[in-house]
Amino acid sequence: MIKLFKKMITLQGAFEICGQWIPWLALFLVMCLAVGLVDGLVLAPADYQQGNAYRIMYVHVPSAMLAMSIYVVMALWAIMYWVWRIKLAAVALNISARIGAGMTFLALMTGAIWGKPMWGTWWVWDARLTSMLILLFLYLGIIALHSSLPEQSMKAKATSLLAIVGVINIPIIHYSVKWWNTLHQGSSFDFNANNIAASMLYPLIAMLLAFVCYYLLLLCFGMRRYIMTRHADNQWLKQSVMDGK
Amino acid sequence: MKAHFRQRLLYIGLILLVLTSAMGFALYALRQNINLFFTPTELLDKPQIYGHRIQMGGYVATNSVKYLKNHNITFDVTDRHKTIPVTYQGVLPNLFRAGQGVVVTGTYQKQQGFKALEVLAKHDAKYMPSWVAKKLKEKKHDT
Repeated sequence: MIKLFKKMITLQGAFEICGQWIPWLALFLVMCLAVGLVDGLVLAPADYQQGNAYRIMYVHVPSAMLAMSIYVVMALWAIMYWVWRIKLAAVALNISARIGAGMTFLALMTGAIWGKPMWGTWWVWDARLTSMLILLFLYLGIIALHSSLPEQSMKAKATSLLAIVGVINIPIIHYSVKWWNTLHQGSSFDFNANNIAASMLYPLIAMLLAFVCYYLLLLCFGMRRYIMTRHADNQWLKQSVMDGK
Repeated sequence: MKAHFRQRLLYIGLILLVLTSAMGFALYALRQNINLFFTPTELLDKPQIYGHRIQMGGYVATNSVKYLKNHNITFDVTDRHKTIPVTYQGVLPNLFRAGQGVVVTGTYQKQQGFKALEVLAKHDAKYMPSWVAKKLKEKKHDT
């Protein structure tokens, strides 16, 4: 485990591990997505009060969960960079911020599209929606900070600090529906309450796995792209590419 | 772990600790502003907000929904302690029904009750196939 980790934080190791993972992640992504989409959009039964409109949750719930978990992962990259100065962690942080911003945007958009007919409004300033919007701004802030600073180490330091500070928003998003009264419903994932019928839950889990694979896949692609563009002259890189690694 | 690693880790821990407590105090102080709505009980306890534009949330009381002419609708909103009658004219969201959570925006006066300008429906976070719901209903009728 430690050996794998030590390999991962070297340029060559990260490059090769990402290369090894990409086909498997892609395969798993296609499988989960196929199961999730067919099961969720075709096979799962219509909801008793929303009809077919509830199916947007198969995008909304995974994207919202990923938006939050990517931020937590990003904060871990940030701590890795801040404490041990692992340069590749800062690269992963930057790539994660872009994917996370996309996920947050997707969650807000699908929520708004669902909210208009169901709630009667596409936006309301309740604690859940507002804290999610703040998450989007945090992601955008990290991206902006990264693009506005001139030097690699400055970029890495500033963005990792912002990522660590912003992680405080994550428990606020999660508990917002419990701490305050909101328009947004509470979480349906309560194992005692049995809130989602099994036939509707399985496609949701498949979609969630698909989204996780999608994040990891994009991260691997991003890491390899970074290493290839930044260190194009390295001998081992030329060798690795020629060997098809 | 080397000393300077430990120091940096400690530094992060300290930042997070200070931030969490600051945020905690701020949110605690602002709790009433962060809440989206008053419950009927809270509303009746606060005569100073009668006549002001506010949001009230609760459940639509069963058998209280009446559809009148010209899209006029009356229903009661309850939090299981206090109940407030609501009048509204307009289109209701899809999820609106008796027993459902709602958030209504408007003004409250003692004589007229709550005059709503906007009605929003909450989702109960339950997902059930429609045939299951039908079966459950039939079962209820039988017993």
